[in-house]
Amino acid sequence: MLLALPILLPLMTAIVLHLLPQHSRLLRVVAFAGSLAALAATVCIVVRVHNAGIQVLQVASWPAPFGITLVADLLSALMAVMASIIGVAVTASSFAGVDPRREAVGYHQLVQIVLMGVAGAFLTGDIFNLYVWFEVMLIGSFVLMSLHRTRAQLHAAFTYVGLNLLASAFLLTAIGLLYGQAGTLNLADLARAWPDRRTPGLDAALSMLFLTAFGIKAGLFPLFFWLPASYHTPPAAVGALLAGLLTKVGVYSMIRVFTLLFPGPNASVYTVLLVLSAITMVVGVIGALAQHDFRRVLSFNLVGHIGFTTVGLALWTPAALAGSMLYVLHHMLVISTLFLVSGLFLRQRRTTDLRALGGLYRSQPAVACLAMVPLFSLAGIPPLSGFLAKVAVVGPMIGAGHYVLAAVALVVSLLTVLSMARLFEEAFWKAAPIPVSSSTAPPRLGLPILAPIAFLVTLTLGLTVMAGPVSRLTMQAAEQLLDANHYVRAVLGEGVHRAAR
Amino acid sequence: MELLLAIVAGVLYASGLYLMLRRRLAQLIIGLGLLSNGSNILILSAAGVTRARPPLITAGVAADQLADPVPQSLILTAIVIGFGVLAFSLVLAHRVHQSTVSDDIDTIGPDRA
Repeated sequence: MLLALPILLPLMTAIVLHLLPQHSRLLRVVAFAGSLAALAATVCIVVRVHNAGIQVLQVASWPAPFGITLVADLLSALMAVMASIIGVAVTASSFAGVDPRREAVGYHQLVQIVLMGVAGAFLTGDIFNLYVWFEVMLIGSFVLMSLHRTRAQLHAAFTYVGLNLLASAFLLTAIGLLYGQAGTLNLADLARAWPDRRTPGLDAALSMLFLTAFGIKAGLFPLFFWLPASYHTPPAAVGALLAGLLTKVGVYSMIRVFTLLFPGPNASVYTVLLVLSAITMVVGVIGALAQHDFRRVLSFNLVGHIGFTTVGLALWTPAALAGSMLYVLHHMLVISTLFLVSGLFLRQRRTTDLRALGGLYRSQPAVACLAMVPLFSLAGIPPLSGFLAKVAVVGPMIGAGHYVLAAVALVVSLLTVLSMARLFEEAFWKAAPIPVSSSTAPPRLGLPILAPIAFLVTLTLGLTVMAGPVSRLTMQAAEQLLDANHYVRAVLGEGVHRAAR
Repeated sequence: MELLLAIVAGVLYASGLYLMLRRRLAQLIIGLGLLSNGSNILILSAAGVTRARPPLITAGVAADQLADPVPQSLILTAIVIGFGVLAFSLVLAHRVHQSTVSDDIDTIGPDRA
């Protein structure tokens, strides 16, 4: 029952929000309570998974390959916790950052629906349900993006909708072909039966279809162009929600599906993934250097760092996969925080164009210091979590003898430092471009808009301090992932093994 | 029959993708519709086409003589989702058209806002 809660709680919250009278403070209280409850549920799941191994819920007690299965292994549980943390922060920050008109037309419900879709995608044990949760999440995010219709936002929403629907069509195609060959959709059952039936041709076609579908969602190199074209237009809270969660769902699905269906480091898809990850890192960061809008710089950095999160899967060693997972967790927190920080500029200056920003360090040094933590954490300045995550990613590359790749990753890190330093210099440090007279002084940033950022920054620092235990958890998660038998046995029962290849 | 369905699915994919590459919003949406219909037909044919055997368990008929109900339910789900998404993109396109009086994707570009 516990496993269904992260899906049911947002659904219930959304329904209740819909029935409540709109325009009321009650909406905010209920939305916030709902996201806190979901956070509590996911924390319980992590504790349970950590103590008692992989948790499985057969919905309505239908036995495994026939019914709907929810599975939480360590990866799913950790991702679900991170998603609900971001859910809490985004809900809280929208109290200050989203205009009441938007709240009255269903903003909070939509956030809850997106959170439900994300939690469902993390917890499902059925590949078709994965597709369905993707659609739930996408439709929620489509509406969130186009709730407010300026021209730029409409354009961005259309790019986003078109490309993501294309990805869904690819995913559906891959699932259809897979079902035709394997005769089952349960991920554990597929992991058991599929390696018997795969042929090289089919294997290549299916793995490329999955790679394309998840690659579009995650923002891998040749498929990422929709992302910087759309993430800089919605309000900061929506940007934080989408940037923190949606691409990571793509990365998660990639890790989940590939470790179960295409096991072994020798599958040709991993070579492709390795090269694409490296190019993604380089292109993302170089793109970021060319931008002069706070949120566009963030979007390109988001793309660049997706390369770090997929490279561990491509290397297929426990240490590398664990490093990538740590990177995913760190990156979800930090990029969401930074998108919330961009909300500060929207509030004060009504723009995130770097040329019009500046002077925040002088007027509110404490706020600037708060924003400095995620900026430098993303850059990977020691001792922040970004540094530790980068060590966890680059170390195994050197260990596995991929020196060129390690060099690429390190150069990219250096360029990220440059890009983040430029953001800090332009947005906080330099003098305000227009002399601020006392009558036109921008509004001071109050507690409602700062509290969610402070919450996430505290967690980033917490992740830094707790990096030891967390990296042990991700190591354990990686070992669970690389031997699919754990997963198969947990879902289908003891005594069932993956077929020998 | 499988061959025919495979050709139909291929033609739908090809024309859907072609239309999605065009610049007009209406064509993009029609392309999306064709693409989702193409994948429905693909699921149907990939899972094996059987003639006139409804998936209802009746006495005296072995299970392997019945049609597989799973692809049918997959397609049903995909049709419902595709319908919702298509409806949403039509509304979005309508709003774009209202605010820009054009359905060329380039004339609603972000830099002209």
